Order: sequence, then structure tokens, then C-alpha cells
Amino acid sequence: MSDSVNHSRRSFLEKSAVVGAITIAPGILLHQVANAKPDDQAVSDSVRWGMLINTNNCEQGCTDCIDACNTEHGLVGNDRPKSDTQYIRKVTLRDKMTGHELSLPLMCQHCETAPCVDVCPTGASFKRKDGIALVDKHICIGCRYCMMACPFKARSFVHEEVKNQTLSAPRGKGTVESCTMCVHRVDKDQIPACVEACGKGKHDAMMFGDLNDPNSTISKELEKHGGKQIRADLQLNTAVRYQGL
Amino acid sequence: MKKIEYTAIKGNSLAYYSLLAGLGLVILIGLLAVWYMEHNGHYVTGMTNQIVWGVPHVFAVFLIVAASGALNVASIASVFKKEDYEPLARLSGLLAIALLAGGLVVLLLDLGRPDRLIVAMTYYNFKSIFAWNIILYTGFFAIVGVYIWFMMDHSMYKFKKQAGFAAFIWRLTLTTGTGSIFGFLVARSAYDAALMAPMFIIMSFSFGLAIFLLVLMASYNWTGRELGDEVVSRLRNLLGVFVASVLYFVIVYHLTNLYITEHHGVEKFILMEGGQFTKVFWIGQIILGGLVPLALIYAPGVRNCRKTLAVICTLITIGGLSTMYTIIIGGQAYPMEIFPGYEVSSPFFDGVVSDYTPSMYEIALGLGGIAISLVIVAFVIKVLPFLPTSLADKESVNS
Amino acid sequence: MTNRFLRITFLLAGLALLFPVTGSAETPLPTIHEPEGEGVKCVEPEDVMRRNHMNFILHQRDETMHEGIRTSKYSFAECINCHVEPDENGNIAGVDTKDHFCNGCHEYAAVTIDCFECHADRPQKFIDRGGKSASLQDELHQTLAADEDMGGELK
Ligand code: SF4
Ligand code: SF4
Repeated sequence: MSDSVNHSRRSFLEKSAVVGAITIAPGILLHQVANAKPDDQAVSDSVRWGMLINTNNCEQGCTDCIDACNTEHGLVGNDRPKSDTQYIRKVTLRDKMTGHELSLPLMCQHCETAPCVDVCPTGASFKRKDGIALVDKHICIGCRYCMMACPFKARSFVHEEVKNQTLSAPRGKGTVESCTMCVHRVDKDQIPACVEACGKGKHDAMMFGDLNDPNSTISKELEKHGGKQIRADLQLNTAVRYQGL
Repeated sequence: MKKIEYTAIKGNSLAYYSLLAGLGLVILIGLLAVWYMEHNGHYVTGMTNQIVWGVPHVFAVFLIVAASGALNVASIASVFKKEDYEPLARLSGLLAIALLAGGLVVLLLDLGRPDRLIVAMTYYNFKSIFAWNIILYTGFFAIVGVYIWFMMDHSMYKFKKQAGFAAFIWRLTLTTGTGSIFGFLVARSAYDAALMAPMFIIMSFSFGLAIFLLVLMASYNWTGRELGDEVVSRLRNLLGVFVASVLYFVIVYHLTNLYITEHHGVEKFILMEGGQFTKVFWIGQIILGGLVPLALIYAPGVRNCRKTLAVICTLITIGGLSTMYTIIIGGQAYPMEIFPGYEVSSPFFDGVVSDYTPSMYEIALGLGGIAISLVIVAFVIKVLPFLPTSLADKESVNS
Repeated sequence: MTNRFLRITFLLAGLALLFPVTGSAETPLPTIHEPEGEGVKCVEPEDVMRRNHMNFILHQRDETMHEGIRTSKYSFAECINCHVEPDENGNIAGVDTKDHFCNGCHEYAAVTIDCFECHADRPQKFIDRGGKSASLQDELHQTLAADEDMGGELK
């Protein structure tokens, strides 16, 4: 899908949304006007969703992506940083040799060969066909083996009761969770909340798109300037790539 | 071969009921702790998103490992055909089942959603070593159960050897499986070692035998049955070999790690700079759990002293728990190497050593698990003939 | 010895049998809140729903979770949207009360519901998020406005 088509579609959407879409659920609306995946169609492996993060643009101390994620998923802490949930965090790195400092957002890397999926006894940790790694909280027993296995500490265990969850991010005590790549938004043809917020704040450090489509912006950027995997030595073929590392 | 006579213990003394009541109380406290943890959520424990497995797992893994080791005596009798061990085989099987049950209860009750036991039993991910372990544990109950049945039922006695062999193979697999739970965690430098599984097997021998001896001596002492020095010293010598082998394995394990550059950090952490973990390693695992028992086993003056042996076995148990503590919790406390070559910091505790203080709830749950194992043994030897009426030395039972 | 053991077992079994019988006596039938409005109908006839609602949502749950199928017919969120409404005073009965549509029956039938361990028990528009509205419309508008700003990073 080319950018210009996208663009006009969106301006059209905005207008129509104001006029006639108030009472219709967004999924349905977008399905009708845009060419997104129809609601009744299963995701397929013809796409693989991924992200590219340009650490040069990532500002130290900025937490736009984190705030957006927390709002999107209704993640409210209990002032217990050790046990509160995090999906995305900002990490500051200092090169031991040169002293160069950089900052980057770190979240579930949506590994292709995901250790969390391999170890989960019930199959609650799974990968969607389009590459998004999720926890099916309906069958998660809270054993935390996936947390032990994840090489990025991407997962959190819900240590306390949760109330007033958002519609798109049900979450509750005793199960494990992590970044969902905003699967509920992606299914509606929207981009993840963090990427959106980063762009909105004019940082443009994050990009989202289909890694399988050679013509997508993200694939082209990766082809032109490259992007590294974190812990590439583990050969996980992560879906989140980094520039400037 | 002389026929061994087994009888159930009387179990109607005040002491017996006090024992049951005492253990029952420990279990009750454990259950209350579980209720509190599950009601509030795990934040009331010492466990966090950094230390995701805590003291309950220390106890659970210890009990599971010891369970397989407790079967040792029976295996020696049936697989290696040492007839002297034959009379102890029934108790050995029973203790194995009891310890495994205690360990599994702890593991289960620490889950975030213990109410989903059904899910755990019906949804299987066959790639998961954890799921395999569930099968291994269930199978262990079944096979050891059958083995005990064959030992006790005269009509099935002829198949006892096969059952014993199956149980022997199964339990080696089980311990390998338990060890592999950690071996599969490639991302954490502390666990990334091929030696993990064999080390768990040899540890199981030592922990299991220590608990077996404790239970054996207690039940014979408290029921006034005769327990000859011959049996005891044979087991004691065996224990010495096991403790020494565990020490040997631990040394080899750490030496290999020191040889691998990526593991220098975590080695330095456990051996020198790890604060409580370094202390638990040296004092608990090495000195109390290894060197002191070894010295006492081979000390000349106390050869036939049962009290010393009880102390030795208790020390080995403490050492075993310490070993699990350093492996399980120490291994998580050491910061994960996500960005090699960088100094890392974040509000989510990247690049820093995680601290851990066990809560009393976790400890109560763990002790509850041990109590469950002991109650099972105490109850079953009362209703079924598990203990030989006498284990006196040969000369004195020539009647 | 064995005899006494048997006796105790039977005694315990007998006690266990007694329990379901007690406690039934006088539980009043639950009142079921029918969504109001013209032409508002459930996705299936009432008796079908009564018997099969759990299968419908279970099926939909797996499809949505694992395959990203997000049709609204058997969507759990839609159940809540229709069936959980505020009373005259604008208050919503939470799922821990008898007046909640789901819990009224479930309490009567003594069937535990697991859904609300994770899902909100009321429509999103009734959730107070400390100023940050999470109603669907707002979400939509924000997203669209933001997408516009991005200038086509989407795919
Ligand atoms: S980053 Fe962690 S949670 Fe995400 S897919 Fe990989 S192993 Fe699983
Ligand atoms: S905590 Fe849940 S998702 Fe993680 S391994 Fe256990 S069952 Fe699977």
C-alpha cells in the first residue's frame, strides 16, 4: 500500500469519523472504508510485523512511548517498581570503551524462535501467524517459566489485583503479560501506541511495518541503513531492530 | 534367603498423634500463607519481576530432586541386586512418592493461578520441558506405585525386578528433566551449562539418601524397633561417597565456568561478590552441606553414633536447600547480559544486581511441603506394612 | 485396623454427600436485566443463549486471541456493552454483586466466572480513568489525528 493512498484514506477517515462513525466500533468502521484485514479473516504469515528503532533519534529522558503504552493498556502501577508491570522501558547504555551514551526503548522483541513460547507448559505463550508474540491469559497458569526464559526481561507478572481494565487490554492478577505490539490496534490497521506517540512527539525514533513486504517503508529503511538485533548471538530473529547500536 | 517380615506400625501412642498434629499445624500454616499470597497477589512475597522464582521453588525443586534420590535404596536392591538393601526397598519407594508429592504441592500452590490446575493438565505444549516434567512426575507416581505393589503382593512378586528397573530408569529421566528446566534457560549465564543435568542426578542421590536415613532412624527409634548398625553404617558409607561426588561435581562445574569467558561475571558473583548468595554458597552449600558432613562421616570417633548421623543428614538437607537457593535465586539476581559491552541502566533494574528477601509466607509454604511429605509417610506406614519388623544385625536374628 | 480405616472412609464420604443438599433451600431466582430500546435483540434466541453462551464466547475467545478474528457477533465486549447498564441513579452494579447481569445467574447456579479476573465488568464508557477518557470514540479520534500527524509511516 503506497503512502499517498494511505494519506488520503486517513484524511477521509477523519472527516467521516466525525460525521457518521460515532456509534460504530472502530474496527467495523475501518473495515468498511479502508482496505484493512476484514474482521472475520484470520491473520496470515504473509505479513510479519516488526519495528525499527533509530537510537540516534531517541532522546534521553523522554518517556513518550512509555506513557502512551501505559495509557493504551491501562497499566497503572502501585508504586512498587519491583513488581509493577512494564511492557516497554527506556534503557540507557554507556559504551564501556568510548563512553558514548545512548538511550533506547526496550520491549518484547517478538522473537521468531521465541524462548518464551518454547518453554511455556500450557501453550499460553504463543506466536500469531503474523509474528506477534502474545500470552493467552485464558490458559496462563502463572508459572513464570517464560519470564525465566525471555532474554530481554520483557515480561511482567501481574502481582496484584487489577480493576477497570481497558477494553483492548484485559489483564488480571496471577498471569504473565508483555508488549502485545498493540495487536488490537494492528488488527484495526493502526500502528502501535508507542510508535504513534514517538512520531507525535516529533522524535521519529520508531517505525512500524511489515518486514515481509519488500516495499514497506520499514523494509526499505532496513535495506538501506540496516538494523541490528539485540542478542543476535541467540539467533532469535527478533522483529524489533535497532539502528545506532 | 530369609523371609523378611513387615508390619504396620501401631501408631496409637500420644507421641504419634502429636507428631501428626505438629505436622498438620505446619501444613495448616502453609495453607494459610498460600491463601494470603493468592488473595493479595504475589507482591506480598519477596518475589518480583526480577526474581520471578523464589523460596517456594527452592523447596519444591529440592523435594523433587530428593524424591528421585530417595528411591536409590530400592534401586540398589532390585537393579543392582544387593540383597542387604532389600528390606528397605518399600520405605524407599514410599518416601520417594511422598517427597515428590510434597514438592509438587509447593510448586502448584505458588502458581499465579493454582485454580487452573485443570488447564495445566489438559493443555500441553510438547516443546516445553516443563510440560514433559508434568508427565514425568505423574509417571513417577504410577511406576513407583506399581513397583511398591509388586513388592507387597506375592502374586506379582515375580515382576518386581522389571518394575524396579523401570522405576530406576524413570527416576534418572525425571532428575535429568528437572535439571534441564534450568539448562534450557539460554539467556541466563548462570544456567547455561551442560553439566546441570548430571549434577542434579548426583545431588539427588545425596539429598534423597540423607532424608531417607533421617526417616528410617526416626521411625525405628520412635517405634522401638530394632535397627542394626550394619544397615546403618552401610548407608552411611554410601552417603559419604555421594557427598564427596557432589562436592567434586560442584568444583568441576565452577571450574568449567571459569574457563568460559562469558561466564566469568556470574562466577565472580556467586563465588566472591554476591553478598547473601556468596555467603549461602560458601557457608550453606560448601561448608555446612559438604565439608562438615564429609568430615563427620569419616571421623573415627563417631562411627556408630546415630545422633551424629542425624546431624550429618540434617546438614546435608540444609546444604541441599542452600544449593537450590544459590542456583535458583542467585542465578536470577545476577543481571542479565542484554547488551554485552555496555554499561546499562534503566528504571527497570537493568544492569543492577537484584536483591531478594524471602517473605515468611514463602517459607511457610515450603515448610508446609516438607510437612506434607512427612505426614504421608507417617500415615502410610501406619495403615500398610512398609517397615520390616526388625532390621537388627544378622547374627542377632538367626532364630 | 483395616476395618477402622474403612469406617472412617465411609463416614467421610457420607459427610461429603450431605453438603450439596444443605444450603439449597431458599435462594431467590435471579432477576435478569433485559436491555431496553426498540428492536434491540440478542444475537441468538434467549434459550439458545442461556444454554450455549459459554460456548459462543469460548469459541470467539480462541479465534480472537490466536487468529485475530474480531467479529462482533459473539464478542464478549458486546455482551457487556448491551447487558451492563447503569441504574436510574447512574450507578453500575459491579460483578461482585447480584445485580450484575452475569453474576446474578452465576451466583444462583453457583458457577464461578473467570472472565472478570481480567476483563472489565462494565462498558468502557463507564470506567473512570482519572480524566483520561478511554471511550471508543475518543480513542478513534486520537488515533486518527495522530496517524495524520505521522504523515504515512503506516506500512
Ligand atoms: S522478547 Fe521475550 S517475551 Fe518477547 S518473544 Fe522474545 S522471549 Fe518472548
Ligand atoms: S507464566 Fe503463563 S505464559 Fe508464562 S510460561 Fe507459565 S503458563 Fe506460559
